[in-house]
Amino acid sequence: MKGLSRSLQRIGAIVFKELRQLTRDRPTFGMIVMVPLIQLLLFGFAINTNVRDLPVGVVDLSHTQVARNLIADLQATQVVSFEETYQTPTLAEDAIRRGHVHAVLVIPEDFGQRLQDNRPIAQWLIDGSDTMVSNALLALQQMPFASGFETQTAARKNTFEIALFFNPERRSAVNIVPGLVAIVLTMTMVMFTSAALVRERERGNLELLITTPVHSSEIMIGKIVPYIFVGLIQMAIILGLGHLIFDVPINGRLDQLVLGVFAFISASLTLGLLISTIAKTQLQAMQLTVFLLIPSILLSGFMFPYEGMPDAAQWIAEALPATHFIRMVRAIVLRGATLDDLWPDLLWLIGFTILGVLAAATRFKKRLD
Amino acid sequence: MTDISPNTDSEWAIETDGLTRRFSDFVAVDKLDLRIPPKTIYGFLGPNGCGKSTSMRLITGLLTPSEGSVKVLGMNIPDQAEQLRRRLGYMTQKFSLYEDLTVQENLRFMAQIYNLDKHQSKHLIEQQLSRYQLNERKQRLAGALSGGQRQRLALAAATLHQPELLILDEPTSAVDPENRRDFWEKLFDLCDAGTSILVSTHYMDEAERCHGIAIMEAGVKRADGPPAQLMRDLGASVVEVDGENLRLLKQQLSELPEIVSTAQQGTHLRVLIKEEIADPETWLRTAHPELVAQRQIHKVRPSLEDVFVHCTGGENGGARQ
Repeated sequence: MKGLSRSLQRIGAIVFKELRQLTRDRPTFGMIVMVPLIQLLLFGFAINTNVRDLPVGVVDLSHTQVARNLIADLQATQVVSFEETYQTPTLAEDAIRRGHVHAVLVIPEDFGQRLQDNRPIAQWLIDGSDTMVSNALLALQQMPFASGFETQTAARKNTFEIALFFNPERRSAVNIVPGLVAIVLTMTMVMFTSAALVRERERGNLELLITTPVHSSEIMIGKIVPYIFVGLIQMAIILGLGHLIFDVPINGRLDQLVLGVFAFISASLTLGLLISTIAKTQLQAMQLTVFLLIPSILLSGFMFPYEGMPDAAQWIAEALPATHFIRMVRAIVLRGATLDDLWPDLLWLIGFTILGVLAAATRFKKRLD
Repeated sequence: MTDISPNTDSEWAIETDGLTRRFSDFVAVDKLDLRIPPKTIYGFLGPNGCGKSTSMRLITGLLTPSEGSVKVLGMNIPDQAEQLRRRLGYMTQKFSLYEDLTVQENLRFMAQIYNLDKHQSKHLIEQQLSRYQLNERKQRLAGALSGGQRQRLALAAATLHQPELLILDEPTSAVDPENRRDFWEKLFDLCDAGTSILVSTHYMDEAERCHGIAIMEAGVKRADGPPAQLMRDLGASVVEVDGENLRLLKQQLSELPEIVSTAQQGTHLRVLIKEEIADPETWLRTAHPELVAQRQIHKVRPSLEDVFVHCTGGENGGARQ
């Protein structure tokens, strides 16, 4: 018995020491509260697998009131939201490739005749790369539609014909693999840089470096450059193996892809640098990285369609480099888009990098006070 | 001892006036005035937390003074801190080279950081490796070196670019006595070659080796000058008393107002007695015969520790590390 109570006393000593240290490590203590809180809010509010208000376009070649009724009926389902009108199906396909809309409804000239003939009355051109999006649109295929002028009750099997672009077999790997580049790069790039600089500070290397002629921006750039290559290697592994094992097509140009990845890597590394100017220990740097990684996975459109999220979640998502990059990498890899089509996202990443480096260099002074 | 006054052709290596640094309401360095001549070894002596490191960081421009001015090698610090960096070698208290790089890689890295040209740096690295007996270990990771070897590597790295001023923050705190002796020999070699050296220490024997020292306590400079002069001008006399029951004697003597401090050293008690007492032995024998009956009393030469204890007002040599 005596042995047991002594053992309990020793365990108690360690338990209380641990708790005491935990309460003194403010960031870690904060994580204990913040992680469940944020996760709960993200999963509860932001994540919505029921896709609503997907941005779509229309090509109306029939110019009839009935066609406008059809559009109004579709809009009323709240699955889609008609935002663009195109003159020709070719222009519409181009808009899908650029990622402006997820799908386009093409209403043919013989729309009225088709209504009478019980044939499918119109065609959906759908970006099939995101299976959750395409599934939502496919559910509209059999939506009943009556013009009010029919002589007999409609008995057509499908209201719409469907053309699935980019991923006709609707395999989720096609969408996941390019997105995974964004997630893996966010995880490694941010963690590597933030930990790399914090490690130098922890080990005392930094105290020596700041007494040498090296400039703080030189330290920053020198810390970033090696990881750009690490990031490019990681991208090559993911997309290469994705192509070989999961048959993910690479439709875009390689130079566009590398440039896009380069912009994203720079933005992620900058984020890592910013974290390193805040975190005091490697553990804290790691925690801040995880803190950033959660919304990058959940809100960026990697797992759940961006359109399904409430406005507030979309604003947060817009602030994350991963959101912009996932848009870019899917457009380039799956839809063969070029950076000209994607300039707003590219510009955002470049702007983020520049501002981030400036902020990090300002925060990281070559002074100890 | 070398004359501590500056050479006619050069100004002070380090000059501070009223240098003060506060961290919120804690005063780490308080109105520090220093005049450190070039080409000498100058020591900061004081216990941990006395402001040695803060003073050094103020001098190198790593910290901004709250008040007062700093001039190093004729440059105003911190305004011209960037220019100072090329002419300054700095060795931190903690080993701050890369433990996962080899000895040679560390030195190459520092050579590149200081923009030494390729040919010159190859030669300089060779020279440092042999000067600091690191030749056989040049392929070894710095993390795998012993304390003494690390210290030599740190000094080799800090002096690779041949700085005019070398600042060493407690360089020998993790080094055994033999390596410390060795290390100081190297410092004198550097000094001989024209380098000005500022070193902080809490070892009396190291302070005694310096050309000049400043004794610091709680951010204030208590005394400065060449160690020999400080010992000579000590405002107290020192006697050693031996015999039995030294613990009790120490306690009794400490209560006398004329006694500055007492410290036991093995079988005798070292007693600092105020200057006003002209002949301490006679005074002890006549004023307090009951305490010193049947005990031997010797007057001895003051040590630097006595100086330290006297000017920090420390009780019983408590500041000794």
